[in-house]
Amino acid sequence: MSYDVPRMAGDAAWTEHDADDHARRPGDEGSGPMWEVFVRQRRGMSHVHAGSLHAPDAETALLNARDVYTRRSEGVSVWVVPSSAVTASDPDNAASMFEPFAEQPYRHATYYDIPDEVGHM
Amino acid sequence: MTGPEQSRVPFVAASPQGMVVAGGLPAHVVYVLRLGDDNLVMAQRLGEWISRGPDLEEDIALANVALDHLGQARALLAHAGALEGMGRTEDDLAMGRAERDVHNLLLVEQPNGDFAHTVARALFLDAYQVELWRVLSGSGDATLGGIAAKALKEARYHLRHSSAWAVRLGDGTALSHARMQAAVDDLWRFTFEPFAADAVDLAAAASGVGVDPEVLRAPWDARIDAVLTEATLERPSDPYQRTGGRQGFHTEHLGHVLTELQWMQRTFPGLHW
Repeated sequence: MSYDVPRMAGDAAWTEHDADDHARRPGDEGSGPMWEVFVRQRRGMSHVHAGSLHAPDAETALLNARDVYTRRSEGVSVWVVPSSAVTASDPDNAASMFEPFAEQPYRHATYYDIPDEVGHM
Repeated sequence: MTGPEQSRVPFVAASPQGMVVAGGLPAHVVYVLRLGDDNLVMAQRLGEWISRGPDLEEDIALANVALDHLGQARALLAHAGALEGMGRTEDDLAMGRAERDVHNLLLVEQPNGDFAHTVARALFLDAYQVELWRVLSGSGDATLGGIAAKALKEARYHLRHSSAWAVRLGDGTALSHARMQAAVDDLWRFTFEPFAADAVDLAAAASGVGVDPEVLRAPWDARIDAVLTEATLERPSDPYQRTGGRQGFHTEHLGHVLTELQWMQRTFPGLHW
């Protein structure tokens, strides 16, 4: 499909620049950095991570998040956070980070027998 | 541009009963049709971007706006058909009318061009529709008022989206600035028509159904000036203006839009799926 796109002074320079500096690379697809999107489904609930997207700035990220993640009435509030601001746990350390808890059933209230006299807690 | 001579009712004339008629239809019907057609054609144009957006997120954003306009078109055309009382449905009106009987603004039928042209066209329309729907929310036609109140929320988002892009491109790189300015200059000649009242508008305004579009001009100017200033763009000074879409005299582009829009129904009339 060809569009009637006017050629402007600077187009050639942009092409070279594009090939040079805007080569596709993870985290920068040419339309800005990555943003993480958090959507609140209903009042009273927490914002939950919904996904991520690319945007050149926060305002665009917010509008994009609205359009991509709430267009089927999924939300009443949206947060966007630069992905670079997220510090994540290392999957290689998952065993030491999380598995000990699986061995500690006494951390769950259901582990304990509640005397009948206590009734509902 | 006018094609073969046809014998038809003069577009705007006084009927024997003194009611303003346009193309054989009462002013009230034509007034609603015009607003419906703006949205029908804008939806079709924005739909052309699907799968061709500058990035995935914007592709979806443009499709969302297109669907808002399509929803408004459906409501308005269905209402126009009901007002006309001849049994024409929204589909009949969208798929069965030829160019001369379609009343959209010339602005909305202009090609998508580069992304800057799409942004400028949306900005000019959105700023107009925000004012239009705001006033029409109080229309004496309760159905039109209800449609306008719902459309106003959508139009406010459209304007936020198109304004943000105009500023980002205008106040962006030297190239994006040049392209955005070129788009504003190119489309400026279609920005008088939304505010040019004819007998249909005046009759609709006088009856409390519509608004004299002239009163929408000042708030539109203020909004556009604010966006252009923030975007470091020049307001064009070219006084040349095009009108005619409201009366069915279109640029060469609408025929192509309708050909694609109506092809299926004209090839297989009444087809459902």
